[in-house]
Amino acid sequence: MKKFLALVLTGMMVLSLAACGAGKDTKGSKLIKVGIINNDPNESGYRTANVNDLKATFCEANGYDASFAYSLKNDEQISYAQKFIADEVDYLLLSAAATAGWDSVLQDAKKAGIKVILFDRTIDADPSLYEASIVSDMAKEGETAVNWLASQNLDSYSIIHIQGAMGSAAQIGRSGALDAKVAAEANWNIVKQQTAEWNAETAQQIVQSVIDAGESFNVIYAENDDMAKGAVAALDKANISHGVNGDVIVMGYDCNKWALEELLAGKWNYDGQCNPFQSSYINDIIKKLEAGETIANKTIVMDEKGFDASTITQDDVNNYGI
Amino acid sequence: MNRENAVLEMHGISKSFPGVKALQNVDFTLCKGEIHALMGENGAGKSTLIKVLTGVYSKDEGEILMDGFDKPVMIHSPQDAQNVGISTVYQEITLCPNLSVAENMFIGRGKEVLTDWKKMNEDAGKILESLEIPAKPTQQLSSCSIAVQQMVAIARAVDMDCKVLILDEPTSSLDDLEVAKLFKLMRDLKARGVGIIFVTHFLDQVYEVCDKITVLRDGKLVGEYTIAELPRVLLVSKMLGKDLDDLSDIRSESQEYKGDGAGKAVFEAEGLVSDAGIKPFDFYINKGEVNGFTGLLGSGRSECVRAIFGADRVLGGTVKKDGKVIKIEKPIDAMKNGIAYLPEDRKRDGIVGDLSVRDNIILALQVLKGFFKPFTKAQASKFADEYIKLLDIKTASQDTPISALSGGNQQKVILARWLLTHPEYLILDEPTRGIDVGTKIDIQKLVLKLASEGMSVTFISSETDEMLRTCSRLVVMRDRKVVGQLTGDDLNQNMIMNTIAGGEDNE
Amino acid sequence: MSKDKSNGSQFWNKIKRSQMLIPLAALLIMVIFNLIADPSFFAIKLGYSSAGYPVLSGYLMTILDCGSELAILAIGMTLVTAACGGQDISVGATIAVGGSVMLRVLCGGNSHPETMQAPIIVAFIVGALATMALGAFNGVLVAKFKIQPMVATLILFTAGRSIAAWVNNNELPIIKDVEFTYFGGFIPGIPIPTPFFIALGCGIIIFLVLKFTNLGLYTQAVGINESSSKLNGLNPDFIKFLSFVILGLCVAVAALIKVSRLSTINYSVIAKDIEMDAILAVALGGNKLSGGKFNMGASILGAYVIQFLTTTLYKFDVPSDALPAYKAIVVIALVVMSAPSVREKLQSIKKSLSSKKVSKEVA
Repeated sequence: MKKFLALVLTGMMVLSLAACGAGKDTKGSKLIKVGIINNDPNESGYRTANVNDLKATFCEANGYDASFAYSLKNDEQISYAQKFIADEVDYLLLSAAATAGWDSVLQDAKKAGIKVILFDRTIDADPSLYEASIVSDMAKEGETAVNWLASQNLDSYSIIHIQGAMGSAAQIGRSGALDAKVAAEANWNIVKQQTAEWNAETAQQIVQSVIDAGESFNVIYAENDDMAKGAVAALDKANISHGVNGDVIVMGYDCNKWALEELLAGKWNYDGQCNPFQSSYINDIIKKLEAGETIANKTIVMDEKGFDASTITQDDVNNYGI
Repeated sequence: MNRENAVLEMHGISKSFPGVKALQNVDFTLCKGEIHALMGENGAGKSTLIKVLTGVYSKDEGEILMDGFDKPVMIHSPQDAQNVGISTVYQEITLCPNLSVAENMFIGRGKEVLTDWKKMNEDAGKILESLEIPAKPTQQLSSCSIAVQQMVAIARAVDMDCKVLILDEPTSSLDDLEVAKLFKLMRDLKARGVGIIFVTHFLDQVYEVCDKITVLRDGKLVGEYTIAELPRVLLVSKMLGKDLDDLSDIRSESQEYKGDGAGKAVFEAEGLVSDAGIKPFDFYINKGEVNGFTGLLGSGRSECVRAIFGADRVLGGTVKKDGKVIKIEKPIDAMKNGIAYLPEDRKRDGIVGDLSVRDNIILALQVLKGFFKPFTKAQASKFADEYIKLLDIKTASQDTPISALSGGNQQKVILARWLLTHPEYLILDEPTRGIDVGTKIDIQKLVLKLASEGMSVTFISSETDEMLRTCSRLVVMRDRKVVGQLTGDDLNQNMIMNTIAGGEDNE
Repeated sequence: MSKDKSNGSQFWNKIKRSQMLIPLAALLIMVIFNLIADPSFFAIKLGYSSAGYPVLSGYLMTILDCGSELAILAIGMTLVTAACGGQDISVGATIAVGGSVMLRVLCGGNSHPETMQAPIIVAFIVGALATMALGAFNGVLVAKFKIQPMVATLILFTAGRSIAAWVNNNELPIIKDVEFTYFGGFIPGIPIPTPFFIALGCGIIIFLVLKFTNLGLYTQAVGINESSSKLNGLNPDFIKFLSFVILGLCVAVAALIKVSRLSTINYSVIAKDIEMDAILAVALGGNKLSGGKFNMGASILGAYVIQFLTTTLYKFDVPSDALPAYKAIVVIALVVMSAPSVREKLQSIKKSLSSKKVSKEVA
């Protein structure tokens, strides 16, 4: 029976390997060989869009021979990196699960002449170990959103602040801007500040709890779309109006397509973009490096927008929704 | 040391457990180069004596002398026993199946922290070779047959310079060929001067390999004999405690009812064999007949009735009811054909501990009735009341968990469970074990009463008197084989012992 | 006087013997705590939904609402625990699969349909078949291959959420129909949250099943003594298998409520860690986690008690990522209290106390 279990597990591993290996059989010496290490595409809608974007760009038609590896665990990612180094890829593209622990493997890559490009997430390593780092500026995203909120000119702000998983870059950046503003302005108050760990159900329970307590509020500042959706579900249940001309302003992040549609329908007020489309930036850098140019500024911050329900258009939904 | 050439002497060993005197003033002597059988029925004190010797239990009284020690040796733990040269190989192999043969032979013995693997394998190879054990030192133990594993365990014991080797039921899971190999090894060791204590329930094996026999009964020493002075039948009588000279029979109360005569069997079995290791057997029972299976413990009595009931996996043979072939693969098949089975091990197979007396009583009938037809609480209560009264079950209430009852009352509840199904054929496997005398007699009376009402009953008991009192026919078993059938005037202690012992006429 | 006393002690004994004692005591402690800390916890307000229907709200309503999935899962988990002496840790992941399948059926090919492409009942049945099949898979591993339940269900615990994502091609299906929100919200005109009625319905069904079939007797017999059950004509393997399939059905019902709450699904976080709460509910109900006798009512009550705890903690602003720590304390307390050595100790303390009392009275 142990054997059976082992067999099942082995079978599953073989299948998943086969799935990973699909599309790997590319030939031709002119192709640029890239190894891409990313987080699990199932992690979130953001990640799914990110992975799809990378897959669309790094294909044979564009002159790439790309291999993909996914894991949410740092040590697994490192071993993937070692494998790619052994495979002698030309470029290693990396979205690290955690910031620490990458020095030695990136040094190996450097010795092997492999160029490393970070995307989406930075790491704690000497900048000489990588060519470029393409990131979102979460703090800037937060500032854009808070500035938008301030521009609404409410008499007073009573905010339910639903945070992401504590300690993540997105949470720190997006919380920081709001915390600073609340500390600075007398008429900005936090009614409740709780982490829902990016989880819609938890967000729903948190907002439910505030409603049950009978406290009043007029802003929901959720650090991603899922949590905003959970919060709105609690509002709907309690018949509290929200969105354009509603009692409560709803703010989310990430620009999921469905979230932008909520904006378009006037049910939410604001959604901040967290740009998952890094592939064109990466492509540009690789082209420059191949042409022998050097990258002057290693950290490249992507353009990110914030959408307002009163100005959003169907085109925006189509172009920026993920 | 009192006796010349003795390697081990135990004097006046006593050991009590709460409520039981397991050993009373027992002496035991083992000589160099001797294979000494330790015999006795269950509860005779064999295993207690072994455990005292190996330091698992500490004795209450008595002393243990070993060759080479001036003073009595103190054995407080298995480690102590090993240190004075006593090694034990148990029935269940206590080695590590996922380690290599050599590792198993040396593990936990070395004082040094680091192991010299090469040397260890070489040493192991030498020992295995010298004992002609067909195993490689680097082989994983689990890839060896049970017999070879057993031999590796012995090799481990021997290499620890043991003077006394205890083999506790080593042959129970071996086939004939493997037993022969083991015996050869035992004789080799004997030639080297090792004293071997051999515990087994196979009589044939005792007479094949042993030099001496010590018999225990009810925690007391019956005597020490050489093989030559103790023929089989005498051995059996010593073990059972029935004096061969006093064979006037007690079969006075036995019923004379013999059923409706031969050929009117209700249930018949032909060539029935299960995966529990019994040889194929034939069997029949008539309407209103009480028969029994007898034989020493482990002779296959229970396994036969379990095969009839479908409790073990049936490998071959046919069962007929009223002349028609029926299929019994699972207990439910047997139950549907009117067979009920009260198992030997009440705790393990009988009671459903946390459930109430009521649920325990209705269980079998409820299963027969079906999943979608539960009894109402009123019905169940009625059944329970009826049988609590009928069998005089002493319980605080119907809702009391059965585990809170005494052994005898638990047994009555299980009996009630099966009587409630109104079986045509009731199999009672050791229904009287471990219960008080009053209940024993109640159960025997009940069996006779049920038979007179037309129920067929098989009654198994290790107490021969009970069987003689209740059964009109006895099937005798030895070494997992049916070896005879006794009826009429043959039904007496003498014949039973002779048949159990077997082979006596030829010797 | 003496008669009164014996009557009283009899009543006390009955309560003490009853398994309901543990969850009731836990509930009582929390009720008292909330009464002292903030009595407004128990306030129930009548409001009106956007369509003008009456709706009750307040912490107690939230508990009835959010505890319902847990109560439904506790039913199946109790049966699995009783029959197999182990727990299914894959229910959270199988809820994801069940919910994903339902949404897939409702959406048809398109992930954002304007209307539902199939009746909800069809979607539910297909989803239930999926979760029951997964339950059957677990059941076969446990019953036939004799793998420890926790180890066997570890497979789906690990793989379930990926399967759920795969069912919908990793897309995020969204149902816009209001009708679909009824299961996790309110049915127009009825002021009590629907999940509570669904849980109530499941409770009634399991009560009737236990009353009109032998499921309870068989499950307990198999859990207490498998060998004996076999000799009484039962098929322990099938009973174990059946318990997992029933749990699969419970998972489907819970999945329907979960996806209805948001009209969408997030594969990686839906019903996250719910298996731990469901197991805790069984334990809080005073049921032995090693199998055997069970009390279904106590398990269901246990589920609501856990939600009571969760809601109380939210009210007092305990960070949601710290909730597991509080639940862990409850688990530790339960496990320690039920450990044989602690029970003996308590018993001996009680004895010495009562003997002291007697000696005092004598004096």
